[in-house]
Amino acid sequence: MIHSLFMINSAGDIFMEKHWKSVISRSVCDYFFEEQQKANSPEDVNPVISTPHHYLIHIYRENIYFVAVCTTEVPPLFVIEFLHRVVDTFTDYFGDGGETAIKDNYVIVYELLEEMLDNGFPLATESNILKELIKPPNILRTVVNTVTGSSNLADTLPTGQLSNVPWRRAGVKYTNNEAYFDVIEEIDAIIDKQGSTVFADIQGVIDCCVKLSGMPDLTLSFMNPRILDDVSFHPCVRFKRWESERVLSFVPPDGNFRLISYHVGSQNMVAIPVYVKPNISFREGGGRFDVTVGPKQTMGKLVESVVITCAMPKVVLNMNLTPTQGTYTFDPVAKVLTWDVGKINPQKLPNLRGNISLQSGSPPPESNPAISVQFKIQQMAVSGLKVNRLDMYGEKYKPFKGVKYLTKAGNFQVRT
Amino acid sequence: MTDSKYFTTTKKGEIFELKNELNSDKKEKKKEAVKKVIASMTVGKDVSALFPDVVNCMQTDNLELKKLVYLYLMNYAKSQPDMAIMAVNTFVKDCEDTNPLIRALAVRTMGCIRVDKITEYLCEPLRKCLKDEDPYVRKTAAVCVAKLHDINAQLVEDQGFLDQLRELLSDSNPMVVANAVAALSEISDTSPSPAAQMEMNQQTINKLLAALNECTEWGQIFILDALSNYVPKDDREAQSICERVTPRLAHSNAGVVLSAVKVLMKGMEYVGMESEFVTTLQKKLAPPLVTLLSSEPEVQYVALRNINLIVQKRPDILKHEMKVFFVKYNDPIYVKLEKLDIMIRLATQENIAQVLAELKEYATEVDVDFVRKSVRAIGRCAIKVEQAAERCVSTLLDLIQTKVNYVVQEAIVVIKDIFRKYPNKYESIISTLCENLESLDEPDARASMIWIVGEYAERIDNADELLESFLEGFHDESTQVQLQLLTAIVKLFLKKPTETQELVQQVLSLATQDSDNPDLRDRGYIYWRLLSTDPAAAKEVVLAEKPLISSETDRLEPTLLDELICYIASLASVYHKPPSAFVEGQALVVRKTQLPVRSASGEPGATGATESPVPQQVQPAQQQQSVIPSHDTAMGDLLGDLLSMDLNPPQQQMSMTPAPQQDMGGMDLLGGGLDSLLGGPSPVAGMPASQASMGGGLGDILGLGISSTTYVPPKQVWLPASKAKGLEVSGTFSIRQNVRYMDLTLKNNAMAPMGDFAIQFNKNSFGLSPASALQVPSPLSPGQTADVTLPLGTNGPVQKMDPLMNLQVAMKNNIDVFYFSCLIPIHLLFTEDGQMDRKVFLATWKDIPDSNEVQKEVANPNQLDPKGLSDKLQQSFIFTIAQRNVDGRDMLYQSLKLTNGIWVLAELKIQPRSPTMTLSLKTRALDVIPHVQQAYELIIANM
Repeated sequence: MIHSLFMINSAGDIFMEKHWKSVISRSVCDYFFEEQQKANSPEDVNPVISTPHHYLIHIYRENIYFVAVCTTEVPPLFVIEFLHRVVDTFTDYFGDGGETAIKDNYVIVYELLEEMLDNGFPLATESNILKELIKPPNILRTVVNTVTGSSNLADTLPTGQLSNVPWRRAGVKYTNNEAYFDVIEEIDAIIDKQGSTVFADIQGVIDCCVKLSGMPDLTLSFMNPRILDDVSFHPCVRFKRWESERVLSFVPPDGNFRLISYHVGSQNMVAIPVYVKPNISFREGGGRFDVTVGPKQTMGKLVESVVITCAMPKVVLNMNLTPTQGTYTFDPVAKVLTWDVGKINPQKLPNLRGNISLQSGSPPPESNPAISVQFKIQQMAVSGLKVNRLDMYGEKYKPFKGVKYLTKAGNFQVRT
Repeated sequence: MTDSKYFTTTKKGEIFELKNELNSDKKEKKKEAVKKVIASMTVGKDVSALFPDVVNCMQTDNLELKKLVYLYLMNYAKSQPDMAIMAVNTFVKDCEDTNPLIRALAVRTMGCIRVDKITEYLCEPLRKCLKDEDPYVRKTAAVCVAKLHDINAQLVEDQGFLDQLRELLSDSNPMVVANAVAALSEISDTSPSPAAQMEMNQQTINKLLAALNECTEWGQIFILDALSNYVPKDDREAQSICERVTPRLAHSNAGVVLSAVKVLMKGMEYVGMESEFVTTLQKKLAPPLVTLLSSEPEVQYVALRNINLIVQKRPDILKHEMKVFFVKYNDPIYVKLEKLDIMIRLATQENIAQVLAELKEYATEVDVDFVRKSVRAIGRCAIKVEQAAERCVSTLLDLIQTKVNYVVQEAIVVIKDIFRKYPNKYESIISTLCENLESLDEPDARASMIWIVGEYAERIDNADELLESFLEGFHDESTQVQLQLLTAIVKLFLKKPTETQELVQQVLSLATQDSDNPDLRDRGYIYWRLLSTDPAAAKEVVLAEKPLISSETDRLEPTLLDELICYIASLASVYHKPPSAFVEGQALVVRKTQLPVRSASGEPGATGATESPVPQQVQPAQQQQSVIPSHDTAMGDLLGDLLSMDLNPPQQQMSMTPAPQQDMGGMDLLGGGLDSLLGGPSPVAGMPASQASMGGGLGDILGLGISSTTYVPPKQVWLPASKAKGLEVSGTFSIRQNVRYMDLTLKNNAMAPMGDFAIQFNKNSFGLSPASALQVPSPLSPGQTADVTLPLGTNGPVQKMDPLMNLQVAMKNNIDVFYFSCLIPIHLLFTEDGQMDRKVFLATWKDIPDSNEVQKEVANPNQLDPKGLSDKLQQSFIFTIAQRNVDGRDMLYQSLKLTNGIWVLAELKIQPRSPTMTLSLKTRALDVIPHVQQAYELIIANM
């Protein structure tokens, strides 16, 4: 299983290492650095690297490489999933999983890693159990700790670890009992030059914030559950009932969690809510840039927080543009144009146009830049998914319930 | 207030300061000091000098302090074993604490102290913890057994911890079960001893399946991996396992999903091929696989590598999902390349338009590597989907028009392949290609262009000028280009002999006299001699028709694919190599690698895994189509090219075809010839048969007469005439061209003619059975003798005989049925794929217990040297893996494989000038040893 973990920052420093079995020398990371040198960008390093004696499996997040070292045949996805879980935990604990946060909380990081793996086998990865074992830092607690001499470490056994519902701790109490459900859908799409859809699908999730006392047993039903034919559930969901009745029945974890994630495949038609009309041309020494954005199938809802990003070819020196609304920036080092459009007013379509200047002497680029689009639409789930009702069993009180819908762009690309 | 404060003290005397603080009376100060020590430790500073002081802090009720001290102990116990003993007492005490958290913590930490001296003190507490009332402690203890095994495997086995661990498999708590499975699998992965292997029976499987639904996501991965090693009894059991695993596909953890996919892919192999069940299951597999592709890029990568295997094995699963593999511009390059590969695999006539449009789009991307791969992909599509070839070619032409240098070069390389696949179809574009001649600067592209010019010399008016222009810088070209240029000019000469004589002279002298590359020189000489002795023959050789390029050149070999399917979700599936090829010290247990063997009528490529009893020669004839690697390896390309163009006179192909049992394609056959042609070492692996069959071919031309076939014992009388009413049967066994024969001589000593002969074998130890009916010239008149050969198969019914090699035969004629028995010489059962990989050999040798080793003195009457011996033995399919010289004695390490998959490893010690040698044999099946010894003696004596 997982033998050791090294954390490497963007400067190539190994700033943290943890070994769950015998100590493996840092020099093993040289193989990683070798691979890293071959890559054009930090994201391009192959995640599974084999060396004569070890296998290095890493993820790249928060500008840090988390490199796990294994000595035996392991399922690589197990390692990758685990590493992501580690970073998620850091983010959960420290607000972000970046280098500064890790360095500032060295001891907690060490304690967390110790609790999460034992001899390379995952031990406690559920956030609520970890939080019972090791309290997350906050300013107040640090002050209290220094005054009273108490610590971040709990000295009781986390009860959840043994129960049948390890994701929920016992004895939860709230004065206001509330349960909120956010149905969030992201559209992944590739749109071609002519504006027709090459590929589109929807990644949806239902994120919950459940603050209910005791051991509530919830049932969530949908108006149109047939949309959900490719789903991944949180362990708390009873799969049998989903199979037979198409309802989600579960004892929820306490606090924030992701109940299900689902995928609406490319076979179904996906309504594309915005269109982008690009007109980019290059000639010797310069070029023209003209992009218009407009709403398409939005079911009358407002398209907000629209941001257009365009990675320009390397030979582009600068861009001189005028937006009809919003602001634009061009990063001359990364060659990225970002246009923060804001809301789309259907009466007056936002447009950005102007000149491109190229490095003198270099030929016009052969490749056309791709545009990626971000947007948000409130109160709409593009797949048409609708929650029908939420019922609670097992507890007497009346909870406050709420459902919110949001559609946004995932990996939404327009080719030019 | 953050932890960075612990890193700020870098002034002198730090250790001394810490020591003082550790021994302070104030609890708080103590804890702060320990924290500082740990912080220094984590950044790699040596704080081992503080060992006694830190250990003193261990006796505390404060859980946090205790944990910190444990952390420290784990890190430094190794370097201070004597000190570490001081900690033992506390551990033992903590293991009996009332708080299960403390008990678990103690047993966890204990296992992490990797000091031999301490481990023995830990056995008692561990035993107790394995039976603890609290499941949390039990599950922690289960992992501790794995830790202990890592430190001292013998101790764990002696103390019976493995049995205790197996008991935990039926624990009431699913978490405990999962950890026990994890621990057991890790132990069996690292330990070769049979005691450590995890036995799986129906009961355990049921328990695992029950625990599967309730344990943590990680536990599910362990359990699923363990389940995938189980071989179901029948298809009903396989089906029920699949049914219970299917819900796991909806798990949010990608690892769980992929491990479940593995179980299901394997399970489907055990359920009947065409069943309804498989069809529905296949449908259920697609959505989760697609979902994996919307996760993090690292997950996508692993998923894509596995999907690559899955679409090769079962193309139906994802045939409608082409679009999800479309590349996004911000995908990391490793994801892009994998997606591209899968797109080509999924390309069919229906979706090719879509695919081509995408590929064309990619060819204008920024990343050069990716662009190149995309252009190649277009070529692969053309070769794969015949109907789309034209469209692909025009797309490639469009790309060439862009004049982007690397795009043009790549396009020319793939167009060469398209020419190979569809000869005489697209030659009209040659002129466009020639326009770009100047811009080609990569060897691959130059060689391809030269090949095209040479191949179509008669249609290109200025072919001689073009080639001449290349010739100017001949010595600066890479070998690949030089070889290609040589061949192309010879082709040109054969097509237009009048005007190019000078050119060919020039290139031949450049290649033979001025070059120091042996390949080039040899090829030059061969051409030269061919041209000077018999130009007509030269024409036939050089301008011979080429075998068509295969459409799926990059498919994995079916047996390897089957093996890799068993390793889905593991590292092997990412590397596309079996673990034995890269995992160190992996116990060579074949447990995972078996897929069920299907009847020969199954789809091609579905024949059994490594140990299949189906002998090699029944392999589907598909492999016969010569497969020439299209372009992935420059060397392979060259070789294929050389072979196909230059050494493939049509009559030789003719001579190959009547031997349908030949399982190696023309490529291999010629490969052998080539090696000897080039004066290299004679082919090592599995070639004797092919050498024999080409005896009259090239071998003769070059005066390399090769005599071979396995040793054939003289015929013996098996059935005397007195016992069979006048029929006398004598016979022997032989192998010719990979087919086993029973050679019989039938003599009619009776007064009346005989007819209606038939033969049948009783069940025997190796499943020998007649592969066709007995052909005896009928009637057999009195006094007449008939020589009959009967081809034998090895997949008949098996029953262990006593003596082992006994074969009972029933022969019938118009008079009566007669029974006789004979002994099969064991070397008849040696297979031509008996050459073990060197590493595998080493590991297997170690793996087989010494008790399975048998030594014997064997005579070496002709006092052959090691070289002679291994050559001779190889003809009987005993392969030499390695040779070593120890103290003046030569050691040969050899392997052979029987038709039923039993491996025998041998070590032959040869004393120079001594009439005897020592033969040590090692195998898991001891029964065969005396027979193998006998075979050695026979073969050696009859050399």
